[in-house]
Amino acid sequence: MTDVSSLIEGRTGKWEVVIGLEVHAQVSSQAKLFSGASAAFGAGPNEHVSLVDAAMPGMLPVINQFCVEQAVKTGLGLNAEINLFSIFDRKNYFYADLPQGYQISQFKQPIVGEGSITITLADGSTRDIGIERLHLEQDAGKSMHDQHPGKSYIDLNRSGVALMEIVSRPDMRSAEEAAAYVSKLRAILRFLGTCDGNMEQGSLRADCNVSVRRPGDELGTRTETKNLNSIRFIAQAINSEVARQIEIIEDGGTIDQETRLFDTSTGQTRTMRSKEDAHDYRYFPDPDLLPLELDAAWVETLRQSLPELPDALRTRLMDEFGLSAYDAGLISEDRDTAAWYEAAAAGRDAKLVANWMTVELFGALNRMGLDLADSPVSPDQLGKLVERIGDGTISGRIAKDVFAIMLEDGADPDQVIEEKGFKQVSDTGAIEAMIDTVLAENTDKVDEYRGGKDKLFGFFVGQVMKASKGQANPNVVNDLLRSKLNS
Amino acid sequence: MSDILAMTAVAARQALDNKSISAVELTEAYIKAGQDTSENNAYVLTTPDKAMDMAKASDARLARGDAGLLEGIPIGVKDMFCTKGVETTASSRILKGFVPTYESTVTQNLWQDGAVMLGKINCDEFAMGSANETSAFGAVINPWTASDGPLKGKALTPGGSSGGSAAVMAARSALLAPGTDTGGSIRQPAAFCGLVGLKPTYGRCSRLGIVAFASSLDQAGPITRDVADCALMMTSMASYDKGDSTSIDAPMPDLMAALSKARNEGVKNMRIGIPDEYTIDGMPEQIVTLWEQGRQWLEDAGAICVPVSLPHTKYALPAYYIIAPAEASSNLARYDGVRYGQRVEGATLDEMYAKTRGAGFGDEVKRRILIGTYVLSAGYYDAYYIKAQKIRRLIQNDFHQVFSDVDALLTPSTPSVAFALGDEDKDPVSMFLNDVFTVPANLAGIPAISVPAGLSSDGLPLGLQLIAPALREDTLIEGAAMLEKAAGFDHVASGAAS
Repeated sequence: MTDVSSLIEGRTGKWEVVIGLEVHAQVSSQAKLFSGASAAFGAGPNEHVSLVDAAMPGMLPVINQFCVEQAVKTGLGLNAEINLFSIFDRKNYFYADLPQGYQISQFKQPIVGEGSITITLADGSTRDIGIERLHLEQDAGKSMHDQHPGKSYIDLNRSGVALMEIVSRPDMRSAEEAAAYVSKLRAILRFLGTCDGNMEQGSLRADCNVSVRRPGDELGTRTETKNLNSIRFIAQAINSEVARQIEIIEDGGTIDQETRLFDTSTGQTRTMRSKEDAHDYRYFPDPDLLPLELDAAWVETLRQSLPELPDALRTRLMDEFGLSAYDAGLISEDRDTAAWYEAAAAGRDAKLVANWMTVELFGALNRMGLDLADSPVSPDQLGKLVERIGDGTISGRIAKDVFAIMLEDGADPDQVIEEKGFKQVSDTGAIEAMIDTVLAENTDKVDEYRGGKDKLFGFFVGQVMKASKGQANPNVVNDLLRSKLNS
Repeated sequence: MSDILAMTAVAARQALDNKSISAVELTEAYIKAGQDTSENNAYVLTTPDKAMDMAKASDARLARGDAGLLEGIPIGVKDMFCTKGVETTASSRILKGFVPTYESTVTQNLWQDGAVMLGKINCDEFAMGSANETSAFGAVINPWTASDGPLKGKALTPGGSSGGSAAVMAARSALLAPGTDTGGSIRQPAAFCGLVGLKPTYGRCSRLGIVAFASSLDQAGPITRDVADCALMMTSMASYDKGDSTSIDAPMPDLMAALSKARNEGVKNMRIGIPDEYTIDGMPEQIVTLWEQGRQWLEDAGAICVPVSLPHTKYALPAYYIIAPAEASSNLARYDGVRYGQRVEGATLDEMYAKTRGAGFGDEVKRRILIGTYVLSAGYYDAYYIKAQKIRRLIQNDFHQVFSDVDALLTPSTPSVAFALGDEDKDPVSMFLNDVFTVPANLAGIPAISVPAGLSSDGLPLGLQLIAPALREDTLIEGAAMLEKAAGFDHVASGAAS
């Protein structure tokens, strides 16, 4: 199982890294998990708080069926077992932004059981990462300690918002794999529409469990780094934590099982609380809620109505459009990207469209700092441009000039070709005239060619193209030139 | 005036309908009765202005012929029910000053049917207690007094936790009183005060807006003067509520029809089980005698009484005193001084919690929070909480088994008569024993009713309890009507207003 390539070389030998992730994904839902309050992001403090969210006396939770549906869909998207019977538990602890004094979560019997997702690494290889479980739980509110010199302020807008906690198996062996796992998970969630995957707004956060061991040894003691909200931070935190752990062990120390925080300014992790300070959460089934019982037929209906997911899309792009694994991977990362591609490629040279999209368009957007959604070139415009290359109207080189103009003003390729006079010349009469001129001006070279210096053919092609300002159809030029020189 | 206060709710409704009395007159009489009996400490807050406004509105609806089931009937609301705009404290210091912006579903149902609110009623703090002595407002005095024996001349407990509710009913300073019952908190005070008390099937009454004690056991129900009033009030209180996930979506049987049926036809062929396990050591002879008398009355009315066994009964009380505190320890975590109620400032968040909760909760509440926290702790959870849940299932199975053979069970309501206030060098466990006959129905989620059946040799009320299968409140009303008729209990507390 040990993949030798991912081992870390320490001072005293090789180390294997073991990583498991707990991802908190906010359910894309208008309302919170157990109250009717809005779950929208960006409202003023405490504007989205119901009596239930504030845990007023006598208030009771009522499950939001839509959130359950999203959790089941996600489970299906993770190829996971859907538990038709699950239980909500109370996780008890005191904190000022936890109004009930407990978080409603799922402990022993989660809604989704074991599943797996396949990640693709930079070298094109794939690995399956196990999913241990997915459960539904409430988010807590937010404490703000910097608003007043002596007081903390509480914003309960997030209190009660529905989260899916997705727990992986400790199957990852490098920061790269962890990053690929989160990217893939995020893509699946976004394809399903069950979480918007917006990491800056906190819709997707990860806790990283990291340990190191000698290859083949028992698992080492792990630390948990909480609340990482970007894929880059996840990789940084893991790498920093791995280096720290290896150094401690190689210096003869031991790792403390503890919860750590990642400091984005230093790129290092630091202790948040030790095992001794760990809470006893006193989980027990929430008596305010009945067990969650799902109808097998309903789950089956959801299964049938699942949208195409990244893996299936990638395979289809390869089969249907003949794309390389690499291009298919790039285009299937995001459903909007794939839709854009499919609109551009429909009825056209699909491989050439993919090439133009991933190289020219992505490159340009990257330079301009734009998302695909804001692209000045529409899918149909890019498709048409590729079409004009295919039908001989313009050459591939000229197409780049046309594309540059399209990017500037969003113009249609045909219009650009027409207005700027980029149209390729295929008129044999005009080309013949140009060839005659070139041959007349280079009689010495014609003699050399006819004397056996074949390589000069390229020279003549170049001269003709130059004379045509690049607009002569290279195939026509080739044919005519060959017949004239060989006659 | 005495004629007014002597009327039951059903009688008062008729008098209101035929205009022989107005809702305003009725309400004024009860406001005065509350003032006249205020030394029993049952009202923690009176709302006379609100009462008069509601009474006037009732009179208008009566005049329009648009009267509800409880139109114009003055009621006192146990302080566990959140009442919109009216301070609600669960008789705890920690909720001092808390004024809900919302109404509990049960009280909303009562107002919807035209009931008039007289005020908020004392109870044990967070409904934890069996003597109404744990209240932050102090103990409630039972309007009944012993005519003889060692209790003579002593102030007695009305029971608990709905002690104030039973006291206002016995004192005739309210015409109806909604209570809550987690382990006997409606039935035991009803028995101690000569009243009818019904704990319905778990889920019959919405828990939404009722301050939670133990969520899987809490259930609201009526405390009334007689069985007819009980049927009337239960009909109003019960409703399916989507706001309470444990609410039952099943129609309530027609309880008034069940009452008429029993009165007209008796309880012919009703099979009544007499559970062996409810004979406990040290139970006063007169309670055993009354129980036997009750069996005889039911047989005389046509019932067939058979001995039955509920073998796990003796484990009910210990299981209850694990499950209820476990849930309470979590339910009461929200009283942290952060958002509402009392706060005692501290240098740190933890210190603020400790000071607020230390000052805000009384001893009994603290005891149960500690017990509950302990039984849910890592390493103890399986031995206590899980074991108690298994016992709970066995107790449910016991009932399920006997109800395949009988329609209802007859037991005493309490193992004693009302005891004296204050002379409690009693340890908590002996106080817990008060609930021994009432707790099993809460654990099983099934309905049970206490009916006044006689007086002790010292002149104090004694109650008999009927327990029925889930959703069969109609069976309870039928059986209770028979017991009531046979017992002919027409005694009035010496402390009643007149």
